[in-house]
Amino acid sequence: MAYRAHVIISGDPQQAQPVTVALLDEIGLLGLSNEIEVLAATDLTVATPSIEAIVYPDGVHYRDLTPDNARLVATEHLLKGRPVQNLMVQEQAVEPLDEPSTKEVRVVLRNVGVINPESIDDYIAQDGYAALGKVLTEMTPDGVLAELKTSALRGRGGAGFPAWMKWTFARNAPGDQKYVVCNGDEGDPGAFMNRRVLEGDPHSVLEGMAIAAYVIGATQGYLYVRAEYPIAIRTLRVAIEQAREYGLLGKDIFGTGFCFDLEVRMGAGAFVCGEETALMESVQGNRGQPRTRPPFPATSGLWGKPTNINNVETYANVPQILLNGGAWFAAMGTEKSKGTKTFAIAGKVKRTGLIEVPLGITVREIVYDVGGGVLNDKAFKAVQTGGPLGGCIPEKHLDMPVDYESLASVGSAMGSGGFIVMDEETCMVDMARFFMEFAQEESCGKCVPCRVGTRKMLDILEAICAGKGKPGDIEALETLGRSVKIGSLCGLGQGAPNPVLSMIENFREEYEAHIYDKRCPAKVCRALIEYKIDPETCIGCTRCARNCPVNAITGIARQPHVIDPEICIRCGICAQVCPVNAVSVE
Amino acid sequence: MKSLEELQKIKERALQRRKLSGEGSRARVVVAMGTCGIAAGARDTMTAILSELESRSITDVVVTQTGCIGLCEFEPIVQIQVGESDMVTYGKIDVGRVPELIDGHVVGGVPVAKWQVRK
Repeated sequence: MAYRAHVIISGDPQQAQPVTVALLDEIGLLGLSNEIEVLAATDLTVATPSIEAIVYPDGVHYRDLTPDNARLVATEHLLKGRPVQNLMVQEQAVEPLDEPSTKEVRVVLRNVGVINPESIDDYIAQDGYAALGKVLTEMTPDGVLAELKTSALRGRGGAGFPAWMKWTFARNAPGDQKYVVCNGDEGDPGAFMNRRVLEGDPHSVLEGMAIAAYVIGATQGYLYVRAEYPIAIRTLRVAIEQAREYGLLGKDIFGTGFCFDLEVRMGAGAFVCGEETALMESVQGNRGQPRTRPPFPATSGLWGKPTNINNVETYANVPQILLNGGAWFAAMGTEKSKGTKTFAIAGKVKRTGLIEVPLGITVREIVYDVGGGVLNDKAFKAVQTGGPLGGCIPEKHLDMPVDYESLASVGSAMGSGGFIVMDEETCMVDMARFFMEFAQEESCGKCVPCRVGTRKMLDILEAICAGKGKPGDIEALETLGRSVKIGSLCGLGQGAPNPVLSMIENFREEYEAHIYDKRCPAKVCRALIEYKIDPETCIGCTRCARNCPVNAITGIARQPHVIDPEICIRCGICAQVCPVNAVSVE
Repeated sequence: MKSLEELQKIKERALQRRKLSGEGSRARVVVAMGTCGIAAGARDTMTAILSELESRSITDVVVTQTGCIGLCEFEPIVQIQVGESDMVTYGKIDVGRVPELIDGHVVGGVPVAKWQVRK
């Protein structure tokens, strides 16, 4: 009988004995005696006179064990598979970072991680609310619009519509009541730019919204934030309360007679509610489905009233622009895309995280200078920008500047700032399938092309990944994709086919390999790969056989082992545990 | 808020308070408490710092929080400033590391180099 796990206990034998007894007792009570073997060892470490244990095959190292927490390890780790974090030996030193990349610029994020987000005084110390004060006491709404026009700030939610123009439309729209809305429904998988601003510098967003309200003539604003951001929501509520106490929200702000107040509305997690008209339906308490445009929100938004809606990052830029001048902002970026942009770098890159860079920076600079390069120095394959509605940028465009027009010209999009790096081990069919599954699940169902089309496209992609692709699939994806794009009301349907279409355009040969050769070049799609043990390299240690969850591996100790492809579920554990790298994927 | 002058006064007061000498404090400890920090255990770290200071009867240290500083992989992140010297950033400060950190940097005045994320 092969054991599922081994626990090696070390330490002073006399002190270790009660721990071992307790552990064995608990393992017996849990009915795991046949699955787990407890072994004694000499000291694992001489640093501290503590009872320690290592659990194999996980290699988890525990310290300071007592009979009580040994029982905890048994129930939590050995039974439920959850290593007990606070008993684990932590690695000692932190590997220091290199110098921060000089290519990063902080405008939107200048206060994030610097001030205490729950202290309005801290924000004011950084010239917070000085822009609002200046606007209310010294500037006319038209003066603000002129400054914004000089800055050429464009919407940071993805579409890149000039902010000054949007504000002008709302200002000129007739109406007794007007609203400003902040879109904080950051729904792209792996994107958290807005969360960081809301959590780290909430007042900058409040101030930007108050300035917008002054310009368009609104008295009430709504911050729409997804319920998955509880800390952002709490921070915002604290910020709003503090701003009210100081009279920076409410009536007669700065003694100018300007009145403005704000409310936080929580989204329930539907991706489509990041679309501006669906978002407003949701704020009104209705089902989150997009409206037909026109009329645009600037003339008929919340409750049919003129409404200005911008993204978190757009508002957070506004106070800085008014304090430093539009020309200061316009000095950063490219001819048509000014200022900076935050990106959430994720995927196969060394330094994942959140960055702010001037627009016009090249893809290469983001991946290699700011992101530190591809993880494990693998070959770069592509970058997905714009989230599940964007597209991929292949290697040949590495030196392309990152701005709204350039990204659109290669079939991708700026989006809200997702930046997912893919390496040679990323399968472009599987990736497209992932994004399509996301879009299909999030389609609200209002438009038939989006509701049915995304489902059909997903079916085809799943079949290709499962090795059941057939000639004509690629062409069908292209035709369907075009129909979904032109037949959908909102950005979700119009964007959902983008990842597939751009991946087909740039990596068509990979799709063909799946369909015609039944081969996954990146060795990702499970139906198209096979694990094999090289009999020359295998030393017959039995580790793979003992760790295989479906007992697909057979062999005698010290002799080469064999994997039965009929039983194998392609989980890859054998390759991970093999000490001599005898397991290969084909 | 009735005037720009009032805002200016609050600003000056806040800036004054930021100087440690202004509050008669010897050090400032900042815990990054964004979602990334909290997910990595920043709340426990914060509690441990407060109780560590309390158990040593240290009252002239300001403990405060901030948002994500952009190094999510190093969370929980703690920053310490002693006197007028530069702020030092530490990474992966779990509860177990708090006593040594407080002992070394806040009490002893010497940065704990092995946990510093940036030299």
